Amino acid sequence: MSVKSESWGSRVGLILAMAGNAVGLGNFLRFPVQAVQNGGGAFIIPYLVCFLLMGIPLLYIEWASGRFGGKFGNHSTPYILDSMVKGRILKYIGVFGIFTNVAVAAYYCYIESWTMSYVYHSLAGTFEGMSQSGVAGFFDSYVDIAQSTTGIPFEAVIFYILCLLLNTYILSKGLGGIEKVAKIGMPLLILFGMILAIRGLTLGTSGASDLFPDANAWDGLNFLWTPQYSSLLDLKVWMAAAGQIFFTLSVGMGTIHCYAAYMKPKDDIALNAVSAGFMNEFVEVVLGSLIVIPIAAGYLGLDWVIENAGFGMAFQTMPYLFQQWGPLLAALAGLFWFGLLFFAGITSSLAMGTPWMGFMRDEFNWGRNKGAWSFGLLILVMGLPTVLFFKQGVFDEYDYWAGTVSLVVFAMLETILFSWIFGMKKGWAEITSGADIKVPSIYKFIIKFVTPIMLIIIFLGSLFKPLNNDWSGNISSLFSGNGWKLDNGSIIKTITHAGIREKIALATDPAVISQLEENIFYINIARFLLIGLFIFISSLVYIAFQKRRREGRATL
Amino acid sequence: MNTEALITMVLTQGIVICFTAYFFYKVLTIKPKSEPDSFSENDDEDLDQRQ
Repeated sequence: MSVKSESWGSRVGLILAMAGNAVGLGNFLRFPVQAVQNGGGAFIIPYLVCFLLMGIPLLYIEWASGRFGGKFGNHSTPYILDSMVKGRILKYIGVFGIFTNVAVAAYYCYIESWTMSYVYHSLAGTFEGMSQSGVAGFFDSYVDIAQSTTGIPFEAVIFYILCLLLNTYILSKGLGGIEKVAKIGMPLLILFGMILAIRGLTLGTSGASDLFPDANAWDGLNFLWTPQYSSLLDLKVWMAAAGQIFFTLSVGMGTIHCYAAYMKPKDDIALNAVSAGFMNEFVEVVLGSLIVIPIAAGYLGLDWVIENAGFGMAFQTMPYLFQQWGPLLAALAGLFWFGLLFFAGITSSLAMGTPWMGFMRDEFNWGRNKGAWSFGLLILVMGLPTVLFFKQGVFDEYDYWAGTVSLVVFAMLETILFSWIFGMKKGWAEITSGADIKVPSIYKFIIKFVTPIMLIIIFLGSLFKPLNNDWSGNISSLFSGNGWKLDNGSIIKTITHAGIREKIALATDPAVISQLEENIFYINIARFLLIGLFIFISSLVYIAFQKRRREGRATL
Repeated sequence: MNTEALITMVLTQGIVICFTAYFFYKVLTIKPKSEPDSFSENDDEDLDQRQ
């Protein structure tokens, strides 16, 4: 039973917290890059189709499951799933809903700490007069903890710990603290985004320099929005669109369940879910598409953008581009850009803390302070290796298994469970109970058949990702009897370190070979930590089950 | 910017902005449900009404 039941302050606060949970750095960095790489304007068609067929149904499933579990005093996925379907094993599927959050928060807080640090450096004028390669090099020095960019030793570690302390402190204030941050952070994020988007829209050819005389922001927007209809026939584009919708909504994590578990049974979830979902789409499609690509194309040209578009642009390129606006505007733009990334990050990382706190309170009567500080400690233990061994691949390994594979597995399992085991009759009643809008009844069919099939395809797509992500080519190859060639990024090949082993086989320099072998060692440590974390949380669920049994509260 | 790109951008962003604004407007204007609801900030209002 709960130590003290918590509740949301207001409906707007809940929606902003849910939207803040979904809005992350990917809205500004992943979406435009995916669009550029997958057919420009035509990407939006599969993207919106996937939003309607997979995104909204998943939001409904998670909001409904969370509110249902909350009725029985459960605020984290192990016992939310247990309250939906009786079965000993199901609570262990729910472990994903705590595991993913702890593992993702461990490295996500590190990215968040970069944004804090870059706000400081932008205001301090650190990037003034730096060349493009100088700014890119600054980032490399920053993540190399042996070097210091400010003179503070172990600067990256210090900013990481500061960021973690801030998150933990806010979490210790409970839902009220989270809601307050969302109410301040989301409007500021939108304001900062709008200012930068207007700059992206109005830059035109004014950024062209002697070095990049052809640079033109319109080229970036043209490329991003000109439909290439032929790409609609390419399966790769559909897989990318489905993946983007999946990751942008923060589904498959367990955070939505947890937030919704604090709602009363008769309150609306149908309107709340689409309102929060569309708010995320607004930030992604409207603001996310108008900042990085046009500004980068405006100064460096479209060819550079096509070749270099990626996550690293946020830290390795944007500060250099802002410098072209003069010292004062550069400082302000840096504040706005890294400030909006910080708010996007912190509203998500705070959400990641709540499933752990909810679980410990429900099962072991831990109060807010104990729950929050134990979460902070767990993140520190899990996260420090990502900071200290960033260059050895620990960070990327966490991102792959916890931030990608784990989400897909959990979303697939929970959708099948909701539609087929909990059953659509009860599921639909749960979604529409207290609804302030009429949910189109076609969604009954979509949730039961379309969404699970889409998620199974995404999971199989990750497991057997084809060579060079060439879906159409590999399917033809399979049917013509030439087999299916796996990409090194597929789950199967990743397990065996196929990509790194291939590099080792091709390398001739002993130093490079030794470096790559060292990376395998660190990656194995990262896997050991992740498996250890999963076992640790599963053990807590088992102990909680025994405790419930002793208290006569166990369901089976 | 070419016309096709401009139309795609304006149409897509227009649709997203309209839906976002419509749903959020509904959230702000729909009458709150009677107590006990999920939200604590309006608990005092309910007490006032009872008195």
